[in-house]
Order: sequence, then C-alpha cells, then structure tokens
Amino acid sequence: MKIGVLALQGAVEEHIRSIEAAGAEGVEVKHAEQLGELDGLIIPGGESTTIGKLMRKYSFIEPIRQFAAEGKGLFGTCAGLIVLAESIEGGEEPHLCLMDITASRNAFGRQRESFETDLDVKGIDNPVRAVFIRAPLITKTGPEVDVLCTYKDEVVTARQGKILVTSFHPELTDDFSLHQYFLDMIKGG
Amino acid sequence: MKTGTPTVKRGMAKMQKGGVIMDVMNAEQAKIAEAAGAVAVMALERVPSDIRAAGGVARMADPTIIEQVKDVVSIPVMAKARIGHYVEARVLESLGVDYLDESEVLTPADEVYHIDKREFTVPFVCGAKDLGEALRRIGEGASMIRTKGEPGTGNIVEAVRHMRLINSQIRKVQNMSKDELYAEAKNLGVPYELLFEVHENGKLPVVNFAAGGVATPADAALMMHLGADGVFVGSGIFKSENPEKFARAIVEATTHYTDYKLIAEVSKNLGTPMKGIEISTLAANERMSQRGW
Repeated sequence: MKIGVLALQGAVEEHIRSIEAAGAEGVEVKHAEQLGELDGLIIPGGESTTIGKLMRKYSFIEPIRQFAAEGKGLFGTCAGLIVLAESIEGGEEPHLCLMDITASRNAFGRQRESFETDLDVKGIDNPVRAVFIRAPLITKTGPEVDVLCTYKDEVVTARQGKILVTSFHPELTDDFSLHQYFLDMIKGG
Repeated sequence: MKTGTPTVKRGMAKMQKGGVIMDVMNAEQAKIAEAAGAVAVMALERVPSDIRAAGGVARMADPTIIEQVKDVVSIPVMAKARIGHYVEARVLESLGVDYLDESEVLTPADEVYHIDKREFTVPFVCGAKDLGEALRRIGEGASMIRTKGEPGTGNIVEAVRHMRLINSQIRKVQNMSKDELYAEAKNLGVPYELLFEVHENGKLPVVNFAAGGVATPADAALMMHLGADGVFVGSGIFKSENPEKFARAIVEATTHYTDYKLIAEVSKNLGTPMKGIEISTLAANERMSQRGW
C-alpha cells in the first residue's frame, strides 16, 4: 500500500517512518496531483492555521474531498484532526469538513500543560502511548462517528468510515499500532 | 500523566517543522504573522536590528507585550531570556510562554553557565554555531537548536556558515569508528551519549532551525536546502517595506523550497527588504554570534 503524508508543514518524516514500520510505503505529498497514486493520506501534526492556509493556497481542499469520496483512507493527528473536522470551536473557519465532529483547539491549555500518558484504544490490544502537544479535543460527534478512545471522559480518538483522527501524536513514539490500524481500516477492517 | 517530558518538549519542536517563526513586537504584528501562516511568533520588545541600533543592555521583554501577543494569536508564543538568566526564564514560563529562547540576541547574564533547561516544564531553543555548541545545549536540556547566524544584519552568510559547519561535523562523526568517538567527545566538549546518537543517526537528536540573517524568501529556501528543519525570521519581516506580503512569501518559499518558479513568483514586487549589514564591518564586540560557548 502507498500512503501519502501531506507535507506542507509539520511532523512529516515521523509519520513516514511510522507508516513504513507498519508495512506500507510512505511518500511526502506536496502537490494535489500526487493523490491519484495513493491508498491513503495522513494529515500530520503541525500548526492547523498554517496547514489550512497552505491547503487553500495550493488547492488541496477539493481534491482531498474527492479522495475521501472515492473511499480512500484519511488519518489526521492533532492539527490533522482540526483540519478534517466539520466545525471548529471559537468561530474559526473549518477546512475540509470531512468528519462529523467539532474540534476544540488547544483544549488542554498551553505547552506547559502538554503531557504524555497511556490510553486504551478500541480495536488495539495493548495500551497506546499518547503524546498530547497543545492538543485539540473532540467536543461533539455525529451519529456516524465511532469513538475509539477517551481521556478523562473527553473524546481523543474517533473514526468515521475510512477517516481516523487522534488528538495525540502516535508518530512520536515507537508504537506503530495506530498506523497499523489505519492500514487495516483501508483494507476494509 | 506526565508533563514536560523530553518527548513532549522535543515533540513540540517537531510540530514546527517546515514552518516559519516570526519576531513580533506587538499584538498587531502578531496577527499579521499568524495570518501569513507563521507556525509561531517570538514576542520581543525590539527586533535584533533595533537592539543593535540602540546598544546598551538588552533584556527579557516587558511581560505586557508577551501577554498582549498571547491574547491575540492561537499559534504558539515564544520569548527570549538572557543566556544564564534562569529567573527571566522562570518569569516567562509563569506567563505561559510556549517555548523559551535562551538567546545571544540579548546581553548574556552569565559568562560561565547556561540555564539548566532540564529543570523546566517549558521547552527551550538555543543557538549554536557548531556541533559542539549544539550538543552542549542539548545536554543542558535544549529541545530545539537554531543556527546563531548574525542576528539583525539581514545577511545570511553566518547562518550558512553555521549550518554547513554543523552538517560537515555531523558527517565526520558519522564516519568515525566507535573507539574514536570518546576522543571526539572530549575534543568537542560534549556528552559522549549525545555524540554517539549523532554517530548512529546522522543528525542532531532535536529539530534544527535556521536563524540569524534570513532577509528574503530565497534566503529561507537556501537554509531549507542546507538541511534546516524550518526558519526563524527576526528583523527581516517587520523591517521590510510590506511586512504582510513579505511574511507570506517567506512562508511559501519555506514550504516549497525546491520550487524555483514559485519562489520567483512570490519574490516579485516585495518592495525593499531590510538594508542589511556586511559582517566584516562589525566590530568583534558587535558580533552576537560570539556570545555563548
């Protein structure tokens, strides 16, 4: 399988390393034309305002919506979650609007409140090491959204069809189970 | 649940990769930077070129400026403390600053000791002009490195020198046999474990940005070519004629640093960039890059 990582800004090489460790080929995606050759696309962590602006500037919005409509897989971590959300709290204009969730940015506070912990994720046997960095939360989920993981009763991992999102950064650890989950999801698991 | 772990602190810097961090002096500039696509802003009382012009002792910014900037942007806010001035650093941490820069742009407060950065919950970025300095700062707990360059000059030559030197030293260390690493750790004055990591991975253990002299979109792209993970732009943006356009152009050139047509496009009609200073006209005591060790 060939998985792209949107390479406009953020932790791109970390995701490529993780998706390759999970058994797929990982490529940087800088142009929308590259989407045609991919089975799935990861939208990495970074600054969602920057990634959102550059996605618009380089005409990624419609092609990624088309990509999702074709049943391809999408995986958003942190900023990627925000970019995929139907709505963003605080009046910020949403970007891809592909997932029926509301995202709250910097929901845990500032960098000094950033943390790591172990969490149980539905569908993954072992606890997952979850690194939260100025992380967002999912404050509302639509009827088609499956909640996979919560932290203190707040939703931090969810799935809708072939779209997967996490508030935290699985790409910063040596646990590749969420990337594995993403690949299985694309295969139809 | 643990805050302030090395993974959390270094991870924060990784999220900034491929981005541009801009110096701002007030809330209005911070908004311009965010709107242009900056991944973070550095809140300052004066940009480096003004610090040069003003002379005297440069210190941590007035907390009011930091609070005003923090209130108007959702992207991370960074601030500078003087080298060795851990009280300034603690004050900035208490204000909720997301990243601290122990910076040679300010007048050093300690001529022997840098801040023990491991003790802080908030991550630090530090300047380096060679591999030894970079690994010493990482040993003290820095979670991100940037080249020192020569701040406030609008002259890229020093940043290029520092980035090239670090890269060539990394290549040399990579090619050493394991038994040579002990002596090299002593030569460079760095912890052996960090040098070993460089030997194994062929890169610094933390993110490395370019800083100190980036004045044009092409400068930013050049530093990305040389292996920078991202770019700090200090005086370059708000000392240019059209900061808004300039900021956007630098963001785009950093993202698409190999797309020369695009860089040509964004470089059109930018107006006059900051004037800049030829390094050889600076006296030794005016070289900020010589501060720190």
